[in-house]
Amino acid sequence: MDTKEEKIISILQDVTGLDNVGSNPDEDLFADGILDSMATVEVLVTLQDEFGIQVPVSEFDRSQWSTVNKISARVAELE
Amino acid sequence: MHNITPYSSPAYFIYLTVLLLPIMVGLFFGKRFRWYESIATLIILSITFFGDKSLQGVSLIFYILFEMLIIFSYLKYRRNENNKNSFWIFTSAVILAIVPLVFVKLDPLLKNATISLFGFLGISYLTFKSVEMIMEIRDGAIKEIKVTDFLRFILFFPTISSGPIDRFPRFQKDVLNIPSRDKYMEMLKGGTNKLMLGLVYKFIIGYFFGTLLLPKVSILALSYRGETPLGLSWALVAYMYVYSMYLFFDFAGYSLFAVAISNFMGVNTPMNFKRPFQSVNIKDFWNRWHITLSFWFRDFIYMRLMFFMMKKKLIKSRITMANIGYITLFLIMGFWHGETWYYIVYGIFHATAMITNDAWLRYKKKHRKQIPSNKFTKAFAIVLTFHVVCFSFLIFSGFLDKLWF
Repeated sequence: MDTKEEKIISILQDVTGLDNVGSNPDEDLFADGILDSMATVEVLVTLQDEFGIQVPVSEFDRSQWSTVNKISARVAELE
Repeated sequence: MHNITPYSSPAYFIYLTVLLLPIMVGLFFGKRFRWYESIATLIILSITFFGDKSLQGVSLIFYILFEMLIIFSYLKYRRNENNKNSFWIFTSAVILAIVPLVFVKLDPLLKNATISLFGFLGISYLTFKSVEMIMEIRDGAIKEIKVTDFLRFILFFPTISSGPIDRFPRFQKDVLNIPSRDKYMEMLKGGTNKLMLGLVYKFIIGYFFGTLLLPKVSILALSYRGETPLGLSWALVAYMYVYSMYLFFDFAGYSLFAVAISNFMGVNTPMNFKRPFQSVNIKDFWNRWHITLSFWFRDFIYMRLMFFMMKKKLIKSRITMANIGYITLFLIMGFWHGETWYYIVYGIFHATAMITNDAWLRYKKKHRKQIPSNKFTKAFAIVLTFHVVCFSFLIFSGFLDKLWF
C-alpha cells in the first residue's frame, strides 16, 4: 500500500507528464507553472476518485493546495 | 447636483478624503467604527446614485433587494439538511441572479427605453459578486451570511462602480479583523503609493492618450474611409496603439484608486493589473490583465465546466475539452461586454489565441531540444503578445464598426 504522499505524487506525475514533480514536497505547484487550470481540475477529479472525497471547485483555495504536503493535508482533512 | 462617477472628479476625492478621515483615525487606534462606516457608505452612494438622476439609486435599491431575496432563500435551502444539493435549484438561483443584468445588456439591442430603467452604474460588478456568493453557498464555502455583512460586501463603495471583484470569504477576513498598527501603517503607505500612481496613470497618461491624442488619430483614420481597401491606413495602426494605451492607463488608474481607498479602510482588495504588456504569451496576459475578472471567469466558469465534463466523461480528449472551455469562457465574456458584433468577435479572437497558444506550447514541449530559448526569443514573445493584444483592443474599441459600417 502506497502512502498518501506517494499516491498524490504519482497522480501529479500522471497529469503533468513530468517525472520530477514532488521531488520537493514544498515546491509551489502553481507559482512554478506546473499546474494550470486544466491540470488542476484533472488532479482534483482524480483525487476524488482515488480517495473518495468531495472537493468543491470554488472552495478550492489555491493557497491551500499549492504543494504536495498541503494537498496531502487537505485530503486527510476531507477523508 | 449631478451624479458623480467615482474617482472622476476632484469633488469626489474631496468628499472621499473628508469621509475617510474618521475611519483612518479609528483604524490607527485599533478601532472600526461600524456605524460610521455605514453612514459614510450611505453618503458616498447618495453622491454617486442620487444626484440629478436618482432613478439610478432607485434601481440600485430594488436590485439589492432582489439579489438579497435570491441569495438568502438559496442559503436557507442549503442550510436545511433534509434538502439535497439540487443542481436545478442552484442553476435557477444563478439564472435569476443574472436576469437584471441580462435585461440591461439586451437594452441596446431591443431599443426599449423601459428596460434601461433597471440599469445603474456598476450593475455588472454587483452581479459578479452575487453569483460568486451563490456558487460558494452551493459548495459550502459560505455557510452563513448576516444581512449587514451582505450589504457591506455588496455595497463596499471603493469598488462599487467597476471592481476589482473581491470574494465574500476573503473580504470577510479583512473586515472582521483589525490590522495591527504596523500592518495598518504599511497599508497606508502602500495605499498612498497606489493613489499617487493612479493619479499619474488616469489623469496624466490616460488623459494624454484618451483625451488629447485619441480624437486626433480617430479623425485621421476615419478620413481613409472608402479611400483605401477596408479603410486601412497607418493612422488606423496609430489608433490601435493609442487606444490600447488609453484603455490600460485609464482602467489601471481607476483600479489603483479602488485598491488604495480599500487599503485606507483596512481592506486588501486584490489588484487588477500586473504589468500586462510584459506578458510572454496570451495565457500569461490573462493572468495579468483585469485579473479579478479573468480569475472570476476561470474559477466560476472554466474550471466548473472542465470539472463537469471530466466527471461526466462527456469528452475524452483533454485538448478538445480545454478548447471548448476557452470558447465558452470568452464568448460569455464577449456577450457580457455588450451585444455588438465587435465584442463577440473580440471574445472569439481571444479564444482562438488561447487555443493556438496551447497548441504551440504542446509543440514546444515535444521539440524542446530543437527550439531555441533565450532572451531574444523572450523579447520576440513579448512583442508578439503585445501586438496580438493591441489588435484585440482595436476590435474591442468598436472603431472598426465606425470605419466600415
